[in-house]
Amino acid sequence: MAMNLKDIEKHIKEGLPDAIVKIEDLAGDGNHYSATVTSKEFSGKSKIEQHKMVYNSLKGKMGNELHALAIKTKE
Amino acid sequence: MDQQTKDLINNEITNSAVCLFMKGTPDAPQCGFSMAISNMLKILEVNFKGVNVLENQSLREGIKEFSDWPTIPQLYIKKEFVGGCDIVKEMYENGELKKFLEDKEISFKK
Repeated sequence: MAMNLKDIEKHIKEGLPDAIVKIEDLAGDGNHYSATVTSKEFSGKSKIEQHKMVYNSLKGKMGNELHALAIKTKE
Repeated sequence: MDQQTKDLINNEITNSAVCLFMKGTPDAPQCGFSMAISNMLKILEVNFKGVNVLENQSLREGIKEFSDWPTIPQLYIKKEFVGGCDIVKEMYENGELKKFLEDKEISFKK
């Protein structure tokens, strides 16, 4: 089962309200996305923690409905 | 996660200084993200062990819980979780990976 681009963006914005989220459908198959997430919440956190914050906003969908999401985080 | 799986993971990251939990093997990766990290390590001539999670369903799920990280591949260096494909790629590109390997006293091609 795949997720659409708007759903991913909505989840990330719910988890990180100040985030600027840019999502691309890499393969055009609704299954391989990249997300660039910019948020002040990332400040002072390690990359692992930053990526976990994005994963947490997706509430367990990562690795399940959502097969591939390349993440890039920026402060 | 059962104790057996936990022990297996602990053994792998203890016995191999650089340990990559991946889909497939370094010579025959089964996923683009696993292939990407594997290739970066090969280019740096890092001696690493690839652990194929596709051969063991409880390992495939267990490693996610162990690292509190939802995706595979996962790279461990000296028992420390370094990250998945995106983080390792970023570190590779900005030179942090080499610095990390140096700090951990892992030999690689400079």
